[in-house]
Amino acid sequence: MKTNGASLFRRRFDLPLARDATGRFLTWITALMVYLAALALAGTLLVSDMAGRWDRGLAGGLTVQVAPLAEAGAASLEERVETAVKVLSATPGVTAATTLTPEDTARLLEPWLGPAAADPLLPMPRLIDVVTDGTVDTRALDERLGAEAPGSTLDDHAVWLSDLRAFASALQIAALGIVLLIGGAAVVAVVFAVRSGLAIHRHVVELLHLMGATDRYVARQFEAHVMNLTLKGGLLGLGLAAATLAGIHHASAGLRAGLLPDTALAPWQWLTLAAVPAAACLLAVVTARWTVLRTLVTLP
Amino acid sequence: MIRFENVGLRYGTGPEVLRDISFTLPPGSFHFMTGSSGAGKSSLLKLMYLAHRPSRGLITLFDRDVALLKRDEMPEMRRQIGVVFQDFALLDHLSALDNVALPLRMAGADEGDIVEHCTEILRWVGLGNHLHATPSTLSGGQQQRVAIARSVINRPRLLLADEPTGNVDDGIGMRLLYLFEELHKLGTTVVIATHNEALIRRFDHPRIHLENGRLHVLPANSAQWV
Repeated sequence: MKTNGASLFRRRFDLPLARDATGRFLTWITALMVYLAALALAGTLLVSDMAGRWDRGLAGGLTVQVAPLAEAGAASLEERVETAVKVLSATPGVTAATTLTPEDTARLLEPWLGPAAADPLLPMPRLIDVVTDGTVDTRALDERLGAEAPGSTLDDHAVWLSDLRAFASALQIAALGIVLLIGGAAVVAVVFAVRSGLAIHRHVVELLHLMGATDRYVARQFEAHVMNLTLKGGLLGLGLAAATLAGIHHASAGLRAGLLPDTALAPWQWLTLAAVPAAACLLAVVTARWTVLRTLVTLP
Repeated sequence: MIRFENVGLRYGTGPEVLRDISFTLPPGSFHFMTGSSGAGKSSLLKLMYLAHRPSRGLITLFDRDVALLKRDEMPEMRRQIGVVFQDFALLDHLSALDNVALPLRMAGADEGDIVEHCTEILRWVGLGNHLHATPSTLSGGQQQRVAIARSVINRPRLLLADEPTGNVDDGIGMRLLYLFEELHKLGTTVVIATHNEALIRRFDHPRIHLENGRLHVLPANSAQWV
């Protein structure tokens, strides 16, 4: 018996879905959606990283700024700094108070002021980095500092750290919303493509139905077709997103000022992004199955 | 095997195309179905292969009341019915072999067995050299033979054929009827809708005759119709 060996292993579809022009757009739609979702997710991961770094670096901290005073009769800047450190050291809950040198202050301001920040003629405030155990009464401390070391102001990190946390959460929620919207749009696109396929091949579907095909048998054909298209599109979208992120990282690495957060993703974050096309594919397959099964229920 | 009791069928709000149809086809029987064009032969066959539900009346198939069948029981029931459609209903993008293989694949048969059995039956109907030809490259008669091969490949309990010899010459037509006879001898219940009186005379089987939507069952080679 002479048989075509290739036909034994060739993947067969009873429905000629691969010929449909309507289905092909699904690859490009998926590529676009995975691209946008991957970028939104990468943004979320970076913001989450940034918020984590802020938490680790700033939580439980205060900064005291002692400004130069021009009034006659005022104590010198150095004297007031020393007084402020004494007040801080005597305050319950303060575990350390370290005065930053003028050089350190200039280095902190350099991204904004450039090399001019180190100019000794510039009236620079002195900064005291304070570490607390979180139980300091900041209002009372601020009043004491104001009374004993005039020109000093207390900056409680907790206040603006809370604002930053809220901002990071808002960004994360926005990114999640974008991903959900993209997912919703993907579902609509798949429903449209599958319904088109069912309409175009209605006579074949009805024939298979009359020959005894179960709804799952027909649905599997659509699932396989949709999986094929969305997997291709998903990988394309992921590739484009990876190229975009690499480009952003490359561009941000060239900036002299450290104003932007680190845009490099960790390996586990890349793995998370790699799950986006798989998730898109899974979502598409489940949607295709649901759409086909719901439609076939109308057949006798 | 098949029992119709006072069955009526209408499409939408139109007139009844079948009226008060009552008959019983015993298991393993062989019937020709005759009637003029528009008499309702195709509609009756559609009721038999569960493409339509009757507007009224009772249909019993394989000892089951069709109206009481659950939806998920229907595919299994349909797989026991082989149908040769009047327009062949072949899938143009599939080869002859893959068309014939459809019922076996739906039943989850082993792929190696599928190829072997489909090749064998296509050779039997004279299409051994056209296993991988698509329907569009086959003549009408060849397509009809593919359709017949597909209808019998899984040895159905009930075989329904709508003008199965309409596009083949007498020799091939006779050969196909002998194939139906073989299946009949193996226990398959056969109903063949045809206009071919010569064929009906050649085989000694009773006939179901439809006239104006009503049905008459006549014994083999009944003088009234021959």
